[in-house]
Amino acid sequence: MDLSFSPEHLRFREEVRELIRAALPPHLAEKAAVDGNFSHHEIMEWHAILYRKGWAAPHWPAELGGPGLDVTSRFILSEELELAGAPTLSPFGISMVGPLLVQFGTDAQKKRFLPKILSGEEVWCQGYSEPNAGSDLASLKTRAEVDGDGNFVVTGQKTWTTYAQYADWMFMLVRTDPGAKKQAGISFLLCDMKTPGVTAKPFLTTGGTPAFCETFFDGAVVPRENLVGPLHGGWTMAKALLGHERTLIAAVGLSARAIRRAKRIAATTVMDGRSLLDDPGFRARIARLEIKHRALQMANYRVIAGAQLGHAPGPESSILKIRGSEILQQSLELCMEIMGQNSLNWFNEPGTVPPMEEWVPSLFNYTRATTIYGGSNEIQKNIIAKLILGLG
Amino acid sequence: MNFDLTDEQRLLVDTVSSFVKKQSPVTRLRALREDPVGWSRDLWRQMGEFGWLGVSLPESVGGLGGSFADVALILEQLGATLVPEPLLAALVAAAPILRLGTAEQQARWLAPLAAGEQSLALAWAEAQSRYDVADVATRAAQTGGGYRLDGAKRFVLNGHAADVLVVSARTSGAPRDHEGVSLFVLDRDTPGLTITPVKTMDGHRAGMLALTGVEVPADRRLGAEGGARAALEEAMDLGAAAACAEGAGITRAVLAMTTEYLRTREQFGVKIGSFQALQHRAVDMFVETELCKSTAILAAIRAADPDEVERMGAVSAAKVQLAVGGRYVTQQAIQLHGGIGVTDEHDVGLYFKRMHVLNTLFGDEEHHVARYARLPSFTAGLDVGAA
Repeated sequence: MDLSFSPEHLRFREEVRELIRAALPPHLAEKAAVDGNFSHHEIMEWHAILYRKGWAAPHWPAELGGPGLDVTSRFILSEELELAGAPTLSPFGISMVGPLLVQFGTDAQKKRFLPKILSGEEVWCQGYSEPNAGSDLASLKTRAEVDGDGNFVVTGQKTWTTYAQYADWMFMLVRTDPGAKKQAGISFLLCDMKTPGVTAKPFLTTGGTPAFCETFFDGAVVPRENLVGPLHGGWTMAKALLGHERTLIAAVGLSARAIRRAKRIAATTVMDGRSLLDDPGFRARIARLEIKHRALQMANYRVIAGAQLGHAPGPESSILKIRGSEILQQSLELCMEIMGQNSLNWFNEPGTVPPMEEWVPSLFNYTRATTIYGGSNEIQKNIIAKLILGLG
Repeated sequence: MNFDLTDEQRLLVDTVSSFVKKQSPVTRLRALREDPVGWSRDLWRQMGEFGWLGVSLPESVGGLGGSFADVALILEQLGATLVPEPLLAALVAAAPILRLGTAEQQARWLAPLAAGEQSLALAWAEAQSRYDVADVATRAAQTGGGYRLDGAKRFVLNGHAADVLVVSARTSGAPRDHEGVSLFVLDRDTPGLTITPVKTMDGHRAGMLALTGVEVPADRRLGAEGGARAALEEAMDLGAAAACAEGAGITRAVLAMTTEYLRTREQFGVKIGSFQALQHRAVDMFVETELCKSTAILAAIRAADPDEVERMGAVSAAKVQLAVGGRYVTQQAIQLHGGIGVTDEHDVGLYFKRMHVLNTLFGDEEHHVARYARLPSFTAGLDVGAA
């Protein structure tokens, strides 16, 4: 048993760290230093920089423009990007529909979509959830009827479509066979957001940012060549999509960054003549959270090491989403507590609170979504109970 | 990074696992609770013959020269069926002999251990010491050819049965001084050494030691006079890592026992495992079980790390995870078993008790949280400028 990274991987980590430092433009680096929030424009700017370095899609195979990294290097790259506080790229193209197209797309689909996903020229969003289809996703009602030319005419409504207002394309699940059993009548389509009849209406999250949209479809025509996988085979596509890059779902880098942020804020916050980092109570709170995080990180390492050796993900992989999302929430909660009255601040003039603390209240709210999206933690538990523990 | 077992390790795990299932199921611990020793010298000798007791000991004393990670694999299997043989206690006592002892001392006290002919105990804890190995009130006064020891030690693991005891005593300085702690190796029948056996909650036994004018020749001192504290700290970390390994075996066994119960027990006309509230509780147990396993691996790999900060950070993190997760898993196992879970007749209570013992030994949750938070690595690289 060996916990150490190979000399090559250690070198790669150094290289990555140095290159990120050099590649981050000053205005982004300045934000990263205080854990600021990045606009869509800034995220895409960073996407373009990573693309030029060949790092936009760490997990893509080399023949499709990925860097051809092994599992461990992919993880190192992702972790270093998160630790640097660099903008998090939109996952919908690169981590979700891209790998799915690699697996199931036609040659024409790959040729048409993958290069622009990689370059960031086309931005994607995910059309899964509906007002009445959240955790029970298979009950979705958005219809796609085949017209005389074999194209799909889509009618219905999606919601929680993250950043659909900026998206050029949506991958979506639609009901193509209303007579079939729930999961059996669903298909997976790629829809151009400029299609007549498609309207995305942003709405505010509790984090105070317009991260989500309601997206309406009123007879929008999706060409038949934009069907991925077989007709009525969308549920299989959706499940395959979920399987990609499980090792990244724990977001250990993001949580590490958030815990570090808690320490930094504590180090600069004074109570009774000493910093909160030197207060035994607060210090122990942070230590407990960091230990929790370290346990998760170790579980994540086991999954990565297993994947590197070509093993199927073991039971330890299924806990990553549950625990990772909880730790991220708890990290932000702790930051808020350390901030005291500053945690009341809500989108005021810069300088009202220290820059490091500015985005914490928004994130504190927004990260409540982490235990809900990607299959709520309760749904994850249902799955583990059934598939791993044999309860049901 | 590689956590796959080698072929040899897999064989070791399989051998230990099938041996303990056959030779020492939980019913054996249950029966041995009434035994004055609480474990079997015959089985101990067998374990020695299999090479299990000397896995991590050097070949010079008849060991296999393996790593602590190999020992951890054995301990995890022993934990799964609550095997009472004192491997953990012996390893903790062997650690300072290995660290400080001369070749002659190592051969003298470790070879019989590796062979399963003797067992060891480390006597460090005193009434006031809690988890501080330097808080030693027992004194060792210099005499002509050696030392005279006076003092008392409490809850010495395997102290009631060990042939040889490693005892800490202060040769100089005040209680809690880092310098001045020495270690002496005593045979159990040394005049002036009185060992009173006591029962511990987990069905094991321990020894309460009274040392009254115990004469010890100088060749029974380990290492330099007054310089044993670091070796004791290392022994504590090794013990903590061992507790994590054994605890990982316990959480795994308890989770399996509980899910089996949920699959078979019926109430309201259905299997209780069909209730979502209980399913989710079982998943929470599963999450903690996986994390205990993960951090037990971390601790096993780092237990002998020459970098003290790395060692302490990993071991403390693992011990806290065991405290939180191991406690949760065993508590909820009782809860999900319902009333039967609090009967002495059911095994789940035995696991619960052993978990409490493991969580207390070598530093509890608060101790390790505080130690973790004091490490220089905890505040390294925060970049907050002059503030």
